Amino acid sequence: MIRFDRASKRYPNGREALSGATFEIREGEMVFLTGRSGAGKSTVLKLIALLERPTRGLVMVNGCNTAALASRRIPAFRRQLGVVFQDHRLLTERSIFDNVALPLHAAHAPLKDIDKRVRAALDQVGLLDRAQALPLELSVGEQQRVGIARAVVVKPKLLIADEPTGNLDPALSMEVMGLFRRFNEVGVTVVIATHDIDLVKASGLREIIVADGKVQDPATEKLVVPSMEAER
Amino acid sequence: MSGWLLRHVQSALFAAGRLARAPVSTAFTVLVIAIALTLPTALALGIHSVRSSTGEFANAVDVSVYFKRDVPIEKARQLAASLRQRSGIARVEFIAADEALKQFREQSGFGAALDVLEGNPLPHALDVRPKTDAADPAHMESLRRYIAAWPEVELVQIDSDWVKRLNAILDLLRRLVLGASALLGVGVLAVVGNTIRLEIYSRRAEIEVTKLVGGSNAFVRRPFLYTGLLYGVAGALLAALLAWTALQLLDAPVARLAQSYGSSFRLLAPGWRELGILLGVGALLGVLGAWLAAARHLARIEPRS
Ligand SMILES: Nc1ncnc2c1ncn2[C@@H]1O[C@H](COP(=O)(O)OP(=O)(O)OP(=O)(O)O)[C@@H](O)[C@H]1O
Ligand SMILES: [Mg+2]
Repeated sequence: MIRFDRASKRYPNGREALSGATFEIREGEMVFLTGRSGAGKSTVLKLIALLERPTRGLVMVNGCNTAALASRRIPAFRRQLGVVFQDHRLLTERSIFDNVALPLHAAHAPLKDIDKRVRAALDQVGLLDRAQALPLELSVGEQQRVGIARAVVVKPKLLIADEPTGNLDPALSMEVMGLFRRFNEVGVTVVIATHDIDLVKASGLREIIVADGKVQDPATEKLVVPSMEAER
Repeated sequence: MSGWLLRHVQSALFAAGRLARAPVSTAFTVLVIAIALTLPTALALGIHSVRSSTGEFANAVDVSVYFKRDVPIEKARQLAASLRQRSGIARVEFIAADEALKQFREQSGFGAALDVLEGNPLPHALDVRPKTDAADPAHMESLRRYIAAWPEVELVQIDSDWVKRLNAILDLLRRLVLGASALLGVGVLAVVGNTIRLEIYSRRAEIEVTKLVGGSNAFVRRPFLYTGLLYGVAGALLAALLAWTALQLLDAPVARLAQSYGSSFRLLAPGWRELGILLGVGALLGVLGAWLAAARHLARIEPRS
């Protein structure tokens, strides 16, 4: 589903946020990206969502080489994945309902489906009764859940989330993680960047550690390290 | 198909809702557009009015024929009668020299001075009016040649020079109006484009998020095109109202002025056709202005993450 091959990202200011990252995430997996603040987690997710392109190396997402994709194909590419943003990025002047409906409108979904699907998505994050509220009338945690509803409303095959539990109390965090696991159970590939080590450990799921722009993936290392040792 | 239509209706309503929420700036933009459209509209209507009434003048073009002074009255009458037989002639009026002198004496006030003259200095004359369909320059010219070829005729005069001049002036005016309209049209494009540009940047966050969730450029552009369309149509409607009001105010004085010249000239009120053209032009300029602004500025807004 996702393959990074010696992918590097240098921002225009010269900062190399990611250097030579190599890892693979298979279809149907649920993976955590962990690491300290500024390590490059968000950068990895931006490369997957094609908000940025790698400056070197290869990033393949769903069979598509993101560095080579023509600009006019980017909207269609983005429509097939769901993204939960670190700063949730809701439109403050539009109702919760309209915010969640936005990806469906962008995808030209049939109008009669939109109402049904938005309600279903809001119901999944427990906010159906707040459909007509404005984002700023919700708590930060609730806003985050609206962001999740907006990401899943298009029924994506790949769901990526940047700190989806950053502002939630432990109980809500568990609940939201449960939500992601349920999406994963129905076949959605899920990638979550998080600080919440306890939650990761408790889940027993695969963890990719990002440290100072380098990716340490125990799963990948198991494959790589022995062969390196053999070379010595 | 109906889903497609519904989507567009939604976009249009959404754009209208936005405009309604900022009534002052919307009204200002619409007013500027309307003024730019009113000027050429009013001028075009004025010229159109004059043109359609010069048709009536052109038909009134007469040919004056003056015989040589030694032509006897019987011969002149005979020639007048033969001219009446010619096709394309509506009316031939014979003016005998004595008659002409008498009229001149009465109307000019030079009666006493004329008494000094011995004999009549005036010749017999004809006032020839061509039929409407034979009043164009080519027909008139061949008629003039035909009459001028008679040995008894001294002079043939076509009183159409002023019509030619008027038409030339109208033509010039029409070109000026076209030029001014083109300039004002560019002005409307600029006004709409600038308004849309400001709106694009004030809705930057919304555009970024829409692109983030996979909105194509066409999808992001659509509401702005509708905004431009609404500006253009609203401006055109207001322009129609302004032009119509101006014509109503001018109609009576113009009619009085024309009457004092013995003309029944009236300004033509704009009809459905003119309204349709105006709305079409307004809509086109609105959409085009919005499209130009959107093409330039929307591409620059890419989601920074
Ligand atoms: N748009 C940008 N331009 C320049 N530098 C950037 C940009 N985005 C991120 N960086 C830099 O790249 C590095 C990695 O940033 P990134 O956002 O990926 O970290 P992160 O692991 O997500 O951190 P956090 O946990 O705080 O969200 C940081 O040092 C950051 O300053
Ligand atoms: Mg981050």
